[in-house]
Amino acid sequence: MITFQNVSKNYNINHHSSTALDDVGFNIGVGEFVSIVGKSGAGKSTIIKLLIGEEKPSKGRVIVGSYDINKLKSSKLPELRRHIGVIFQDFRLLSNKTAFENVAFALEVAGRPQPEIKNFVPQALEMVGLSNKKFNFPSELSGGEKQRVAIARAMINHPDVLIADEPTGNLDPINTAEIIKLLLKINELGTTVILATHNKDIVNDLNRRVISLENGKIIKDEEKGKYILV
Amino acid sequence: MLTALSRIIKYGILGFWRNGWLSTATIVVMILALMVFEGLIIVNVFTGIALESLQDKIDISAYFKIDAPEDEILKIKKSLEALAEVKKVDYISRDKALEIFKTRHKKDETVSQALEELQTNPLLASLSIKAHNPKDYAAIDIYLNQESFKNLIDKISYAQNAIVIERLNKIIDTIKQLGLLATVIFSSVAVLITFNTIRLAIYSNREEISIMRLVGASNTFIRGPYVIEGIIYGIIAAILSSLAILPMVYYASPYAKIFVPEINLWSYLVSSSTSFFGYQLLFGIILGVISSSIAIRRYLKI
Repeated sequence: MITFQNVSKNYNINHHSSTALDDVGFNIGVGEFVSIVGKSGAGKSTIIKLLIGEEKPSKGRVIVGSYDINKLKSSKLPELRRHIGVIFQDFRLLSNKTAFENVAFALEVAGRPQPEIKNFVPQALEMVGLSNKKFNFPSELSGGEKQRVAIARAMINHPDVLIADEPTGNLDPINTAEIIKLLLKINELGTTVILATHNKDIVNDLNRRVISLENGKIIKDEEKGKYILV
Repeated sequence: MLTALSRIIKYGILGFWRNGWLSTATIVVMILALMVFEGLIIVNVFTGIALESLQDKIDISAYFKIDAPEDEILKIKKSLEALAEVKKVDYISRDKALEIFKTRHKKDETVSQALEELQTNPLLASLSIKAHNPKDYAAIDIYLNQESFKNLIDKISYAQNAIVIERLNKIIDTIKQLGLLATVIFSSVAVLITFNTIRLAIYSNREEISIMRLVGASNTFIRGPYVIEGIIYGIIAAILSSLAILPMVYYASPYAKIFVPEINLWSYLVSSSTSFFGYQLLFGIILGVISSSIAIRRYLKI
């Protein structure tokens, strides 16, 4: 369902070309749980930016579901993003909206009817264990709670893929474990999960497919892989 | 479509309410901008009426010789009225001139006594001429000085008043130019300040905008609430600035009357208050909407 074909991405900064991805190729099937690992600057974020259409490849092709990122018009971008759930290290919640409204927002932008929103949002918040914090603003939530709101928001549209960019980077070990547990649960329910991280323990405990990046190249792609520091 | 619109409006109002401080600051700036506009309109009306009344006081008179026949004078009056520059010509016959003179000096014993002793009417018949534009008096003066009128006309008042008329013309021109310059400068300042304030308000929301895009909101859905907020700013600012200007004009009105007796700023404001408010509302909303739309554009690219 996700295909990277010989993808390269160069950034031009002050007339200097720097290579973020160099001839990267992989396929991710439906229902997989894939960790993308590597040091900072290895190219993890670039892969995610390509997946959500924030950047276009310099060379090669990127296909996400039925969307060809190379040919995607900017007017189609919102549509693509409703098929992808994304969570980030810094949560990226709308600070002047409550937990409920943050989750509801993803449905509202998709033009879903009001009764559906009233129905689904509490369910999603319940799934992440935040039923009692519906009307709290992000500033009134802890880091772990914020990330759970973000997950509820990412999942509310029933996306085909959930992309997690360093989701536990700002969390303590207990919250980290809970977030990973939640990701596994989401994966069990059939959603493809892509987890970008440099947390060795998480990856090794998961015992799932691991794609290792270094300097923009794939150095390893193993089923049931481990995160091995080079 | 309808649900999207109602959501956009809902988020516009919600955003306005929850960003209370930012909204208040923006509205205050906008009120000041609108008050500058009101001030400019009022000052323009004031100087307009003042200049008009000043212009109205300028005229030139042609005094006819004592033996000039009335029908000749009326002929000249007709020919003057045919000129494009001339606004109005009044004929004052010798008898009328005497009458005016008498009423003017009613209380002055010596003058009335002197008149009675004189027995004949010493005053001359005259045409008092008003031009549309004070600059045209020179041309009218040249017209009256033509050879064929020489044996009828005794003197023309233009020569004695020429310097005053010219100076007044210059003053009027300068005031008009200064007024236009002040209008342009102050209104650009007001527009720029408002625009910048709204831009800053949106700048502080750039993070939110990028998040909305990430969640899959279309540009219309992101822009909409900000435009609604802009409309709310405009409406509230228009109402408050209209209310604020009322007491100011009320207290300033008597002072304006000292300068130009014909003017009554207060009754002018009251009589045109509806259109005044309408303009403000329109202006406030346009300012709010355009500023929001332009300011948000650069954050909608990614």
